[in-house]
Amino acid sequence: MIRFDEASIRLDGFALEGVSFHVPTGRYAVLMGKTGCGKTTILEAACGLRPIERGRVYLMDRDVTRLAPGKRNLGLVPQDAALFATMTVEEHLGFALRVRRRPRREIAHRVGELARWLGIGHLLHRRPQGLSGGERQRVAIGRALAARPDVLFLDEPFSALDEETHAEMTQLLRRVHGETGVTVLHVTHNRREARALAELLIVMRGDKVFEGDRAAACLAELDDEL
Amino acid sequence: MRLPLPGSTVPVNRSDVPFVLALGLVASVYVFLIFGLLFAKVFYVQWPLVGEVFSDDRYRYAVLLSLISCSITTILSVWVAVPTAYLMSRVGFPGKRLLDAVLDIPIVLPPLVIGLALLMLFQTSAGVFVQQYVRFTYAIPGVILAQFMVACAFAIRTMMTAFAEINPRQEQVALTLGCTRAQAFWWVVLPEARRGMIPAATIAWARAMGEFGPVLVFAGTTARRTEVMPTSIFLELQVGNLGMAAAISIVMVTLAMLVLVLMRLAGQGPRIL
Repeated sequence: MIRFDEASIRLDGFALEGVSFHVPTGRYAVLMGKTGCGKTTILEAACGLRPIERGRVYLMDRDVTRLAPGKRNLGLVPQDAALFATMTVEEHLGFALRVRRRPRREIAHRVGELARWLGIGHLLHRRPQGLSGGERQRVAIGRALAARPDVLFLDEPFSALDEETHAEMTQLLRRVHGETGVTVLHVTHNRREARALAELLIVMRGDKVFEGDRAAACLAELDDEL
Repeated sequence: MRLPLPGSTVPVNRSDVPFVLALGLVASVYVFLIFGLLFAKVFYVQWPLVGEVFSDDRYRYAVLLSLISCSITTILSVWVAVPTAYLMSRVGFPGKRLLDAVLDIPIVLPPLVIGLALLMLFQTSAGVFVQQYVRFTYAIPGVILAQFMVACAFAIRTMMTAFAEINPRQEQVALTLGCTRAQAFWWVVLPEARRGMIPAATIAWARAMGEFGPVLVFAGTTARRTEVMPTSIFLELQVGNLGMAAAISIVMVTLAMLVLVLMRLAGQGPRIL
């Protein structure tokens, strides 16, 4: 479950005021809006990477408003994958468990499991340099899922991918969601991506956030504007 | 490893040729001057005197002291530069702009003034207290401190550029994966910043090697005690021994080149070359 309750988030230039929305446990929500409207900011606030000035944020019924990012049990897949330049794919997949000081055998088992599942077993000893866009995103997804998070945040994960890889990754995300049951908040400005994945739509317009029927109406209005 | 040069190229059309030629002309004047300096040095130098730099006790001491003090200065500079530069590039705090300006003071201050200020600092009661345990003025620690004051400022600037080039998203992802700020720094940022440490070390070493004013004023020019290579050159020039000055400087040039080559071999080469 992801819930924003009248949350205010300050940005460098402006502020997002009174952001409220709710994603029930296990649902796949897509957050849409024009470029620069603050979608990423909401995601960062949910991850604890940006302070909440007023209001509250809950993850899985837990008030996380003032909690450190690492204690929120979430996974983040940023737009550019942001892989660790000096680590191998294997080290990426094991990172969250190493941080949690899990036994070596457990880490090796989980890395193998993720690699098979995401189809990156042949890349385990490679470093990010030289991986294709699709491969990078698979590694980033694996890294985010390694410690079995309650919530997965995706920030325009496919924006740099070609058509074919795009379709492939959409399939993959659907499978990930189906098999893990993780609650997802996926930020995008791509309609097709939203239509293919969203069980729940959240739309940002101006500095307001809309859900449900109003979100669909907003999206139609946005379509008209474009 | 071949290094990419900064910037990316834009195609040149036939009509652009005069413009590019003009750029090349300006650049070549400077490059010719650089080569001119090096060639003049090589031709002017009396090679037997270069041998004397290594056989004479006094000069050999200066060479050794230069090498040892520069190496210690370099290590200290990188130690201080890494945390300082990280703080400056990743942490917001009140007074950051002021601190940023303060860090430039050793770069813009005339070197002689730095030496003089160091001398005054060690006349204060705190300075006198420290000197009861470690002697700085007119002693080897003074040579290192004088070199460090300037070299570290350059190392910090270089490290700040290195940290700025590292995507902060990586650290943010590390935080979401359970890391504390310290863990994200040690496990994610520092391994990547290693590439930046080599240019920072190179520039600190080069600055320390050439440091003259502060060393002269603060540590003095006592032969076999605080005499480093630039001091030797200065002293030889003062007594009109141009030949010996040239011989010592050719040794300095060779050492500097050697360090640059070694640093390049050590991995990512310095961007300053």
